[in-house]
Amino acid sequence: MGRFVRTAWHIARKDLTVEVRSREIIATTMFFAVSCVLVFAFALVREGRVVVDAAAGILWIAIAFAGTLALGRTFERERFGDTLRALMLAPADRPAIYVGKLAAILAVLIAVELLLVPLVALLFQASLFAHPLPLVLLLLLGTIGFAAVGTLFAAMLVRARSRDVLLPVLLYPITVPVIIAGVRGTAALLAEPADLAMGQFWIALLAFFDVVFIVLSLWTFEPLMTE
Amino acid sequence: MTVIFDRLVFSDVTRHFERRRALSRVSFACSAGEIVGLLGHNGAGKSTLLAIAATLLRPSAGEVRYGERTADEGGAAIRAQLGLLGHEAQLYPELTAAENLAFFARLQHLTDVTRRVREALDRAGLSDRAGDLVSGFSRGMRQRLALERTLLHAPRLLLLDEPFTGLDQASTSALVARLAAIAREGGIVLLATHDLLLAERVVTRAVILANGRLAGDVSDPAGLRAQYARVHAEPA
Repeated sequence: MGRFVRTAWHIARKDLTVEVRSREIIATTMFFAVSCVLVFAFALVREGRVVVDAAAGILWIAIAFAGTLALGRTFERERFGDTLRALMLAPADRPAIYVGKLAAILAVLIAVELLLVPLVALLFQASLFAHPLPLVLLLLLGTIGFAAVGTLFAAMLVRARSRDVLLPVLLYPITVPVIIAGVRGTAALLAEPADLAMGQFWIALLAFFDVVFIVLSLWTFEPLMTE
Repeated sequence: MTVIFDRLVFSDVTRHFERRRALSRVSFACSAGEIVGLLGHNGAGKSTLLAIAATLLRPSAGEVRYGERTADEGGAAIRAQLGLLGHEAQLYPELTAAENLAFFARLQHLTDVTRRVREALDRAGLSDRAGDLVSGFSRGMRQRLALERTLLHAPRLLLLDEPFTGLDQASTSALVARLAAIAREGGIVLLATHDLLLAERVVTRAVILANGRLAGDVSDPAGLRAQYARVHAEPA
């Protein structure tokens, strides 16, 4: 267990060091997410009035689209220098590589959300900070669920020629339950008055999805990566 | 668990990629102290065989044994004894030379990482470039650093795919001497190359692959080029 955790930690730290140096994923992902929110704000906000539940939907669409971009790029780096093979030779259980990559992706997506949430709150006049703890739980659990499946698929597709096309095609249908739970949970928190019980229901459902997705990913990572 | 093995045995190893057959019933063994050349034209199956030996590919049929164990039985304990240097340097261009070596040393769970990294950089002749990003290195410098990355944990089985690519004369001679030292210390070296002249200098034995099949096993490197020409002159 110690080796597993240490291996995952070294991989996550390496990914974040590379990202801090290049700022490639964070910059493109943030730019894309902000552009997405701005376009929707122009389309859906008329004379200061916002379509009901639009803020919740836009927030999660931006997270999903930006997350897909980040997921593809993180494994593209490993493919470029063939470093994935060197990682696969590490003398630890191979799912540790998955956990390390997942942790780094989560850190990047959380950084993107730190910018996205205030932006959506501002542009869509959404009271996203009225119930901060449930919102943080929704975002965290939803992002984990999305990234858990995405990291597995991005790793699996790293050698596929049409990986850029295949990643969203495979990822979105599987993660639809996570996105729906995220949207409905956020909408419940934004309702007037806020429906906290419904919010808690969606949080619990997201926690369930996360457990299922992570267990399945840990179980299938090694056979999928050993061709 | 530590797995120490003195033999690497390929038994009827076959590998298909969908309908294409990359390897067909390849059987041979390598022992501690041997530097075995893996020779053959492009597409002969050399890289596939190395990837299988490195546990990165599974054979479609047959098996590879590391001493008494297969890759599935040995798992991480066998991987701890493997070193692979592929076509690419397998280094992160955004990290410095020292950071790359330290990262891979930590992945191998080695102790005294700072000392090991310093010594590896010395051996690669890159001590003065330790803090430079790998993205600024020449092909030869990357190859020297990649070799040290591969050897950080003193692997029992060293798998090399065209390791002389990009090396100048001095670095090539240093690598030849290094491989001989590894073999003397009981390591097994499996080396894929197109360079028959260099192979004659380095290997103690050679295995020739043609169209995914074992076409020759040459125990005397002096006759390597003649044997290689004979194998490829014969109709498949």
